[in-house]
Amino acid sequence: MQSVLEVNNLRTRFRTQDGTVYAVNGVSFSIDEGEMLGVVGESGSGKSVTMMSLLKLIPMPPGEIASGQAIFEGNDLLDMKPDELRQLRGHHIGFIFQDPMTSLNPVLTVGHQIMEPLRTHLGMTKQEAAARAIELLELVGIPMADQRLKDYPHQFSGGMRQRVVIAIALGCNPKLLIADEPTTALDVTIQAQIIDLIKRLQKEFGMAIVWISHDLGVVAGLADRVAVMYGGLIVEKADVRELYSNPQHPYTRGLLGSLPRLDGTDDKLVNIKGQPPNLRQEPTSCPFAPRCDFAFDRCTAENPLLEQVNNKGGGMHEVACWWDIDAEKPRYDQKS
Amino acid sequence: MKTKEVLVKVDNLKKHFPIYEGVIRRQVGAVKAVDGVSFEIFKGETLGLVGESGCGKSTTGRTLLMLHPPTDGSIQFKGQEITDKTGQEMRSIRPDMQMIFQDPHACLNPRMTVGSIIDEPLREHTNDSYEERLKLVQSLLELVGLNSSHTNRYPHEFSGGQRQRIGIARAIALKPEFIMCDEPIAALDVSIQAQVVNLLEELQEELGLTYLFISHDLSMVRHIADRVAVMYLGKIVELAEKDALYGEPQHPYTQALLSAVPVPDPLKEIDRERVILKGDVPSPANPPSGCRFHTRCPIANDKECVTIDPEWREVRPGHFAACHLID
Repeated sequence: MQSVLEVNNLRTRFRTQDGTVYAVNGVSFSIDEGEMLGVVGESGSGKSVTMMSLLKLIPMPPGEIASGQAIFEGNDLLDMKPDELRQLRGHHIGFIFQDPMTSLNPVLTVGHQIMEPLRTHLGMTKQEAAARAIELLELVGIPMADQRLKDYPHQFSGGMRQRVVIAIALGCNPKLLIADEPTTALDVTIQAQIIDLIKRLQKEFGMAIVWISHDLGVVAGLADRVAVMYGGLIVEKADVRELYSNPQHPYTRGLLGSLPRLDGTDDKLVNIKGQPPNLRQEPTSCPFAPRCDFAFDRCTAENPLLEQVNNKGGGMHEVACWWDIDAEKPRYDQKS
Repeated sequence: MKTKEVLVKVDNLKKHFPIYEGVIRRQVGAVKAVDGVSFEIFKGETLGLVGESGCGKSTTGRTLLMLHPPTDGSIQFKGQEITDKTGQEMRSIRPDMQMIFQDPHACLNPRMTVGSIIDEPLREHTNDSYEERLKLVQSLLELVGLNSSHTNRYPHEFSGGQRQRIGIARAIALKPEFIMCDEPIAALDVSIQAQVVNLLEELQEELGLTYLFISHDLSMVRHIADRVAVMYLGKIVELAEKDALYGEPQHPYTQALLSAVPVPDPLKEIDRERVILKGDVPSPANPPSGCRFHTRCPIANDKECVTIDPEWREVRPGHFAACHLID
């Protein structure tokens, strides 16, 4: 399988008046054609900033991409001129943002906003673009699409607005779709509608999707592979079944343990002690060490890298941890 | 159930917010946020109240504490009718009924120190001296898992989870019997949610508290509640013991709601059957006729569902629902 996007060692920081915030500290991942990669983590773990950095959607300054490569179709996104990047955004790479209330322009009609990328990127005439816009709205399940082109975003409900945003993102048949918490602002029944829709569309169009979420439940039913982020780093990455059945990082275990389940028991929830990390310093050791039950001297001295571990199901499973949680001993010899 | 003593009894409670229009502000309608709900909360239990945004669950909770004057219906707290109480009389009841708010960033005054925030209810409702109150504030801080030396700090120095703990300390300062928790964990991260929920459970055990736990997170409600009520568009559609409600949901809305909640297990997600509801929640200013759910219901017929408001009845022992189609 060919990879659509390959990111190497991405580092993003924000230089603010109160000092530098190290938001992303060396993230590497790749995504294959037609694959759905789930990225999970708590707020402040760097999941959104990672994806926004790729398309330079972060405010610069104060934001700054310190290092890294992001190869999309043979070109490095981070090296591109603003003009070239503009050709890609909304054309080959689509983006769905978290809050459908703010990601649409309130003073332009929905039709105008769907037609805009079609006309700029695909060179369609107004008539062609309008016809395609109706098609797209029907595709995402908005009834009476031809009459709704002239409506403004406030005339749509939250779930409907998110459908419009999806229609805009899909307009130019993107190779890659980045969905940044697309269902977080929605109610569960509407969330189920949107998830169902995106699953169907992926089958139809075969684009690769990066699905950012803080909800491990949503990702379980959707993704092929999952990356868990903490403190601006990917701490664990594996096939979806492998990750949920055999989590290797103490943080992933803690996160799964702290979730109550609909099909669950009355056991006390296992909580992760302490607070999320402060990103004011560049991490030189494992960012999770202060909250970790298994931390030992090496954890506070060196930052572990993602390494392949043996797994039961076969396939890829990488974890960044010095401690082998199953064998209950350090993962590597100290001398290495 | 631990004891069957009723602490709060709500009967046909209604809260309508008027809509005014035109130059002379004539009333043209009302948002029927809560439209006839009845339930009881037993002493020592946790009643979960779930529903989607806009279904009236927060309004129910706030009306219950008389923070909104109800439009109609009765509320009994410890056997006393409280809907006709004056402000002065309510003041003497309030120490027994407290509230924990959703947003830990908005519910604490940024210009007050943590000590004076927790001290405020004590200052208002007790005659203790400053030293006694300070000692109590410090022990409360420790009880909720914060450092007792932090009384002089300001809310902005704390993280979201810690601020929620401060809100909890304030709520339990007067040793209330009943606490209304309005989405206390919705604004927190997953790992912090578990910390706060565990704290609420420990406090309940220690202090014998009764909770009304309002949330849209069905998995968390299953974890914390004893009985659960499901609201849709201003009405409670189903109320039952937790295991009965989650195990054998009777109302088609509850069934759809439960099937929409994702489970963090890919093996289970693969062959789970989903009931996907059509459309959005209708406006509470102009609710549908008959059963309010009939516009989205997968099994509604076009006879009684459209014309007759379903009766609230006991469909199984201890299991209440409002639907024509349950036998």
